[in-house]
Amino acid sequence: MTWIVRNLWLIPALPALAAGLSALAKRHQRRFSASLAIGAMGLSFLLSLCAFSQVMLAIAHGQASRQVVNFPWFQFGDQWLKLGWMLDPLTAIMLVMVTFVGLLIFIYSTGYMAHDDNFTRFFCFLSLFAAAMLGVVIANSLLLLFMCWELVGLTSYLLIGFWYHKPSAAAAAKKAFITTRIGDLAFLVGMLWLFSQAGTLLFYDQGAGCLEHSALTAMVAHLTSIGMAASTGIALLIFAGAVGKSGQVPLHVWLPDAMEGPTPVSALIHAATMVAAGVFLVARVYPLMAAHSDTASVITATTALQVVTWIGAITAVFAALIAVAQNDIKRILAYSTVSQLGYMMMGLGVGGVAVGMFHLITHAFFKSLLFMGAGSVIHGCQEEQDIRRMGGLSKLMPITFATYAVGMLALCGFPLFFSGFWSKDAILHAAMGWSISRVPFYLGSLGALLTAFYMTRQVYYVFFGTSRLASHNEVAPATHAPHSTSATPHESPSNMTVPLVLLATCAILLGAIGTPAWPWFDSFLSGESPVFAFAGFLEHGILPVMLTSTLIVFLGLALGWWFYGRKPILSADRPDALEQLHPGIFHVLQNKFYVDELYEHTVIRWNSALATFSDWLDRWVWNGVVMSVSNLVLGLSWLARSTDTYLVNTSFDEGCHTVTTSGKLLARLQSGRTQSYLRMVGIAFAALVLVLIWSARS
Amino acid sequence: MTPLSSCLLLSSLLFSVGFAGVLMRRNAILILIGIELMLNAANLNFIAFWRYGSAPEALTGVMFVIFSIGVAAAEAAVGLALIISIYRHRKTTQIDRMNSMRG
Repeated sequence: MTWIVRNLWLIPALPALAAGLSALAKRHQRRFSASLAIGAMGLSFLLSLCAFSQVMLAIAHGQASRQVVNFPWFQFGDQWLKLGWMLDPLTAIMLVMVTFVGLLIFIYSTGYMAHDDNFTRFFCFLSLFAAAMLGVVIANSLLLLFMCWELVGLTSYLLIGFWYHKPSAAAAAKKAFITTRIGDLAFLVGMLWLFSQAGTLLFYDQGAGCLEHSALTAMVAHLTSIGMAASTGIALLIFAGAVGKSGQVPLHVWLPDAMEGPTPVSALIHAATMVAAGVFLVARVYPLMAAHSDTASVITATTALQVVTWIGAITAVFAALIAVAQNDIKRILAYSTVSQLGYMMMGLGVGGVAVGMFHLITHAFFKSLLFMGAGSVIHGCQEEQDIRRMGGLSKLMPITFATYAVGMLALCGFPLFFSGFWSKDAILHAAMGWSISRVPFYLGSLGALLTAFYMTRQVYYVFFGTSRLASHNEVAPATHAPHSTSATPHESPSNMTVPLVLLATCAILLGAIGTPAWPWFDSFLSGESPVFAFAGFLEHGILPVMLTSTLIVFLGLALGWWFYGRKPILSADRPDALEQLHPGIFHVLQNKFYVDELYEHTVIRWNSALATFSDWLDRWVWNGVVMSVSNLVLGLSWLARSTDTYLVNTSFDEGCHTVTTSGKLLARLQSGRTQSYLRMVGIAFAALVLVLIWSARS
Repeated sequence: MTPLSSCLLLSSLLFSVGFAGVLMRRNAILILIGIELMLNAANLNFIAFWRYGSAPEALTGVMFVIFSIGVAAAEAAVGLALIISIYRHRKTTQIDRMNSMRG
């Protein structure tokens, strides 16, 4: 076992330490906390690179690519609960991604948050988040993963509500926390069930782990009362946790609202890493998801994977439709994230770990790039977030525009040169070949079309045409003076643009590691050496899918141009081009299919009805019982008090009085004169003598 | 009248004189002197009972009296010391003034 495997815990521990130290920092020690966080993250990044190269070497030498370190945590009964960490290709690639994107976002934050009063607190939370996320990635125990998972949720709550004085931010933080809690409850139940079935929560433990063959076989064979294999039930419950964290369809409502947080947070947590944790979790427990009995002759997708696929496909289209009609620059990206997470889930469901994870990695880069670009735009436009009030920024913010365009093309899946094309293509190709149904493929294609369309719409609104910002700024001309020299948008400082450029480079280059000709990513995850062969393109079905998706992307871009680019958008208050076309549908989309309202009228109303009922129960039933008991006690104590006052006290006082009087009487004898005492002694003595004499006589 | 009873008569006279002094006198030093008289009456009794008792050969009575006189000397010293310290404290040796123990 090599040094890096034994000390893998350092990777999350360093940011955790940085978080602890900057929690102690004073508010004005901005440079200290920022450099601490960035330094810790940089070290973690270097260690992650070590871990990554270690895995690469192991694969190249044909050794086992997975190494685990387990240690006992505590004992209960005669069992030890063990925790542990592992290094395998999945962990390694996630470590590098999280630390690299995290590092860039930390650097970017020093620029974005430069004017914030709570700068040190921000970096404390960011570091804590990074620590928790890295903990999720390296965990070899579902329990450890769950603990870090909850920590991630906590930091997400803290960071969404970072500007807690804004009521909307506080509400969004609460919403995110509670919504993900619903999924986490199912996750917890699934974990307990898994423990009762497998007797361990370690993933891999020399054949005894819960993801290894013997445990899986037992779980597949164990049927529950409704005829479902235990493995399927557990997998679905764990998937519910992933649904909550990754914003899949029934529980997606928190993610767009989470955009109330600072933009670096949106980039780091709600685009690149935390929301991907759900996808990562599914990838991690993929053996459980895919567990099927050995006796089945035809291997089809398991129930769990079918659910994952359908949820993912529906989410991909659903969120993309909503994104078409949003006007807030970050909200569009948020719905886009939900949609892309749906793609990842679909990829996991139809094509396995490599397909879904490849999209996760590429998406992490280009989506954080887009968010940071959006942050740069917002920063340059005096905190304006409405795309209708931007426009014409391509000349004013050239670097931001160029990098944003790269991110946008990568997200749309522009052919050949951008990473998003290859990862999305892999998903579509896998969906094409899915044995159950073709519908996910069609849904995915529709999602791709919509993605290209809404991104084109956004870019035209933000970067082209004439600036519509001025009309807005006339209201408050002088208040922004300390922050910016002029009211016109300006390019962001270099600590914001350099990370953008780096991420843009990655968004382009990363595509190269997952092309059909050189499926490095796929073989890396499965622990094989990659083979370079152009024949990969000629494999069954790949070229048609590539052509189809290329056509779809161009169609989406063209539609976007037709509606928004053909004639420049002149005024911020004119209705949207789609709204003019069909106002009814546009309003439904703009109101997010009324999902929030639906929840408001169903779940939240039931919840408040239940709360009212509980309140009534508490107030009248339980309170009545408690009050009658307390009244009984009060009565008893009143009785005791009167007995005390009138019976016990009176007689006692009487006794005391008697004692006092007799004491006074006797005290008169005590004259203090020695001689009178002696006199008494003498008289007594004389009397004694007389008595003795008299008694002797008779 | 036997020699023993006359001795006893003398000693009871002596004791009565001492006791009367203790009871009547107001000066603490004179009270102390009265106590010494009573003590010597007791010593005289010891000697008399020894001399005219059943075993006059053993010198028990004399030994007892010598001890008693020694103890009395020590007691007188302690008593005087007490009186002096009271005098220093209260500037008087009149015993009827020392009634702070009155109940």
